[in-house]
Amino acid sequence: MHALDNISLDVASGESIGIVGETGSGKSTLGKTILEILPPRTKVNGRVLFLGEELSQLDKEGIRRTRGEKIGLIFQDPMTRLNPLMTISDHFVEAIRAHQRISKQEALWRAETALTSMRVPESRIHNYPHEFSGGMRQRIMIALALVLNPSLLVADEPTTSLDVIVEAQILEILEDLKRTYKMSLLLITHNLGIVAEVCDRVAVFYAGKIVEIGSVDDIFNRPVHPYTRLLLKSIIHLETKELHSIEGVPPDLVSPPTGCRFHPRCPYAQAICRETVPPLEEFRKDQRAACLFGKDFL
Amino acid sequence: MQDSDKPLLEVENLRVYFPVRGPLIQRLVQREKLFVHAVDGVSFILKPGEIFGLVGESGCGKTTTGRAVLRLVESTSGIIKFEGTNIIRLKEERLRPLRTRMQIIFQDPHASLNPAMSIGRAIGHPLKIHGLAWREDDVKKQVLEAMREVGLTPEEQLYDKYPSDLSGGQKQRAAIARAMILKPRLLVADEPVAMLDMSIRAKVLELMLDLRKKYNLTYLFITHDLATAKFLCDRIAIMYLGRIVETGPAKEIYNDPKHPYTKALLQAIPIPDPRRRAPKVLPKGEVPDAVHLPMGCRFHPRCPAVLPTCGWEGRDFVDYLEERRTNLETARADENSIGPLELWKAKGLTAERQCKPEDVGRITEYVRSILDEAPVPLVKAVEGVKNVETKLVVQFRPPDPLAPKEVEGRLVECLLY
Repeated sequence: MHALDNISLDVASGESIGIVGETGSGKSTLGKTILEILPPRTKVNGRVLFLGEELSQLDKEGIRRTRGEKIGLIFQDPMTRLNPLMTISDHFVEAIRAHQRISKQEALWRAETALTSMRVPESRIHNYPHEFSGGMRQRIMIALALVLNPSLLVADEPTTSLDVIVEAQILEILEDLKRTYKMSLLLITHNLGIVAEVCDRVAVFYAGKIVEIGSVDDIFNRPVHPYTRLLLKSIIHLETKELHSIEGVPPDLVSPPTGCRFHPRCPYAQAICRETVPPLEEFRKDQRAACLFGKDFL
Repeated sequence: MQDSDKPLLEVENLRVYFPVRGPLIQRLVQREKLFVHAVDGVSFILKPGEIFGLVGESGCGKTTTGRAVLRLVESTSGIIKFEGTNIIRLKEERLRPLRTRMQIIFQDPHASLNPAMSIGRAIGHPLKIHGLAWREDDVKKQVLEAMREVGLTPEEQLYDKYPSDLSGGQKQRAAIARAMILKPRLLVADEPVAMLDMSIRAKVLELMLDLRKKYNLTYLFITHDLATAKFLCDRIAIMYLGRIVETGPAKEIYNDPKHPYTKALLQAIPIPDPRRRAPKVLPKGEVPDAVHLPMGCRFHPRCPAVLPTCGWEGRDFVDYLEERRTNLETARADENSIGPLELWKAKGLTAERQCKPEDVGRITEYVRSILDEAPVPLVKAVEGVKNVETKLVVQFRPPDPLAPKEVEGRLVECLLY
């Protein structure tokens, strides 16, 4: 199965990029590839450069040092990522001392600072994960990911298991972090609303490929690719007057459609779309789309 | 009154409490029995052909309400009238015939279909359970018709398929067909599109609207998604911690929300338009647990518009002390002056602690000084900070009584009105 096919993407320092797509689009695989946490025997071609260094060339120790210290990560379900037998302080001390040679006391002091910056009371540092609410746990996860001041944060559906109000609280925190620490953010989500609120740029994934990439303003207001256009139309928001959907279902990646992978569902598809793989072409400055008829949608 | 005006479903003062089952030793030691107040005095009416939305965050009791209405969970008290009959304590044999007219579809279509049962058999199963059809060819005929009805086509080919062969959207259609085959009047739809990809949600919602048009079907639509509720529902009820805080016509609630919780929910929804980014006024914290409910209005500890009379209590003072520990400066100052938070006990309207005799005066003064920095409504709700020998007590005034009030054509449970 080809989960990702020919993906090229860059994230500038201090920039936040949204990776959006439906189930099976390959968006989570991208996050795992960057962090080198794919299942064993997964075949990866290509390069991931981080601050100019090629991650796949690093040895085990080099990867370990980069992951966590320079690239932080947060996942959808904090409960499965926090060890239920370890207190919050244990998590912090372990994470910090795995990367830096400092005393336990100093690590604890840093943990307190990180926790309070996420509005978690420092008085609860010796509690266990189950003693916290869902939103509090996600804030602890963020604090843990940030305690070593990474320059890139990879967040895979960080708010999906949370309620709307708590979700909005977490998104505000992420925006604050971006502003204060000039940290780069790679936000993987199926929720386009979140991307519109948090990100500078967005890459739309479909069936393991990027179909369109550009600034949030261009993608949300002047989308080129038919999939992006239809996906945006299908969002149900407070001003929705009419329902729209995309015919068909996302393809099976074991035998993806030939040519443009969206052609079986595309209302504008022509015969040529079945045969020719569309390249990712620039249609406006910094806005690229993979559609043979992209200029018709400008 | 004409038959078509008669409510199909009337729910009055519904309560569903679940006992908290701790370890045996804890149950023996504990004097009071603890309950999760999942639904705590909920009333609403569904007219035939109406789509009524129950909207709220997780843990607000919306799903339990939906299940209680169908007697899938037993209610603690209240009235549930379906077609005029109170079913809350109805015996199973008398309930069963009514069940054909009230059906449910669940959130997770992957979990609601038996993986070992073919789609055709699953959809036809209710006919057999209720003894409405026995002959295989008769069952099959009705199943195929139901499959066409919900757009599960080509129906002949899909009939012998298993759930694992179907996409999420197709599975949800199968679940709808299984509910519709009994020709119900009421369909409880519990987050029917939440697990589906955005690009196929609309199809399922359109199907629900079609079925209503065709059969005058009535929906109890349960969701956390206000945008979908706004699009689909005629009337909605916003739930918070087991209570309905606001009920009314969907359009009015969205255009001019009255309850601060409704306002907060609406504001929290991300807008898919980067040009409309704006700072939000969000309630603090999260939904408290439904075992130890807040006094007065249950939303008061988080409410941006809270008044001194909304239900402030001892617990809120302890929470305020904990809030101060999210700032390293105040955390250090408090720790040095009054020690750990664990010394405090909240009991109803009071928060209290023991002090060493020589510290009582100093600690009382310190507590008064940090109270000055607390949010104004909380401060105004404090009756006094006093000490009885070595015990220090922060005493709150009792809250004003709270009941749903009619405000511009809807019911709102809030002291602002």
